[in-house]
Amino acid sequence: MATIPSDAPVARSLASDRKSGFPWLLAVAFALTLVGSLRVAEVDPRLLVERDALANVGRFVAGAWPPRVSAEFLGLMARPVAETIQISVTGTLFAVLIGFPLGILATSTLMWRGVLHERRVQRRRWLLGLPVYAVARALLSVFRAIPEYVWAFMFVRAVGLGPFPGVLAIGIAYGGMLGKVYSEILESVDPRPLETLQAAGASRMAVVFYGLVPQALPTFVSYTLYRWECAIRASAILGFVGAGGLGQQIELSMRMFQFDEVLTLLATLFVLVALVDFISGRLRARLL
Amino acid sequence: MSRPPAAMTVRPARAPASWAIAAAAVALVVWSAHGAGVDFVTLFGGEAIRQIGLYVARLFPPDLSPVALRAAAVGAVETFAISFVGSLLSVMIALPLAIATMRTLLYRGALYEGQQLHASRRLAGVAVYAAAKAILNVLRTIPEIVWALIFVFMVGLGPFPGVLALGLHTGGVLGKLFGEVLEDVDPRPLEALQATGATRRQILLYGVLPQAAPQFLSYALYRWEVNIRAAAIMGFVGAGGLGSQIHIAISLFLEQQLLTLILAVYVIVTLVDALSAWLRSRLV
Repeated sequence: MATIPSDAPVARSLASDRKSGFPWLLAVAFALTLVGSLRVAEVDPRLLVERDALANVGRFVAGAWPPRVSAEFLGLMARPVAETIQISVTGTLFAVLIGFPLGILATSTLMWRGVLHERRVQRRRWLLGLPVYAVARALLSVFRAIPEYVWAFMFVRAVGLGPFPGVLAIGIAYGGMLGKVYSEILESVDPRPLETLQAAGASRMAVVFYGLVPQALPTFVSYTLYRWECAIRASAILGFVGAGGLGQQIELSMRMFQFDEVLTLLATLFVLVALVDFISGRLRARLL
Repeated sequence: MSRPPAAMTVRPARAPASWAIAAAAVALVVWSAHGAGVDFVTLFGGEAIRQIGLYVARLFPPDLSPVALRAAAVGAVETFAISFVGSLLSVMIALPLAIATMRTLLYRGALYEGQQLHASRRLAGVAVYAAAKAILNVLRTIPEIVWALIFVFMVGLGPFPGVLALGLHTGGVLGKLFGEVLEDVDPRPLEALQATGATRRQILLYGVLPQAAPQFLSYALYRWEVNIRAAAIMGFVGAGGLGSQIHIAISLFLEQQLLTLILAVYVIVTLVDALSAWLRSRLV
């Protein structure tokens, strides 16, 4: 009994004090943010039940049903649907072309620390690797922080209307996301096989190709396919800013109050997204 | 000794399918690149790259006059508010709907083992499940920008339709994710609660939700990161935030002002990403 240090309870109460303070602070910060945000965002639920609002909903629903399924309109939609798929595929390809090299440069274990660099402590290499790493990280961060719609709108200005700006926008924005995730995957691979290879006398290139790549590849492909699922959604609405695909049709029909067309377009989008989800899901199940 | 040959016999069986998938992928890419009007040869070193370069050059330097900075700050705060309230609304929509899609609570699974459910009771369970699933599908399928257009029709211009749009679309996404978490909870504590005579509501409150809460929080924070980006473009259709100013700046060729606004988007998005990561590390 006498061996129990007398200050043990003090430490315990200190720790529990700290723990109990944080939730309160967080709750207050949350409440303040909420009150402020409700004001700034002009939230007013009464607007939803005003007679005008309800009349507008009624007009929308009445106009939307039945959806337009005339052969002429469906034929007109074939091209935007194909364009949406094409934008998503080419955009994802662009994203890989941008994200893969940048992702590798943004991987700390490849550039300046970890198993690959411990054999020879080379100051010069470290000095060279770190700035490149920092620049790659910064580029990826800018690419993914700016939404693809803003990219698309800017590219529409730069290269004109059509699917091409959509491809560039998805390529840049998703390239930023892919690059970040690629580097995270590379940094989280099991280092033991790499160490084993190095202990066996493998060169740095050999360590990368026989230790790193085989571990990372399935996750790479799986995440890229997941991004393709997101890209089909994105490419469907990039048309809102003039970048081709279904979105252009949706916006047009919406502006002309042709809600029956909007409903058909949304149903088409639903089928398209479900189809891509299904294909991508099957492929991913095979991979992992 | 017998294992390597076994593995080798498996491989050739898979190989043709893998080749077919690879060929299909290549065909898809070629068809897409052609259809999207992308020519990889002329893109690099071609007219397109020159035009993009010219446009980028016009963006600099950013407009840092007090008026432009103030406008960007106001827009950034509004964007933050839209994403924050929209995300909260989406959790409020997702929670009840996700619970309504929890089949193991409604009519089947361990909790109903050995009980003969009355046909009408079972039918009611299936109906609730199907209705909630259908609602979630509709909410999720309609993109937030289309929801925003619809709500701008309904309640007029401003940030409020943006909040509603984010709330409904993300509500559908989170409802699906929450539902998956709920169906995956460990059934043993639920059975233990049932054995002590707990009602369905008590099982939900004391058995299901405590297990699911950390994952719910993690998903909600992740969607907040998505929503701050979405909130930044709500203004394209008149639903508030930085998007409306970005739209104006792009349409009127005010490139230097545009760069200031884009920097504001970058700052607010990075801020929310960091905040969300910090909260996740503290709370989950």
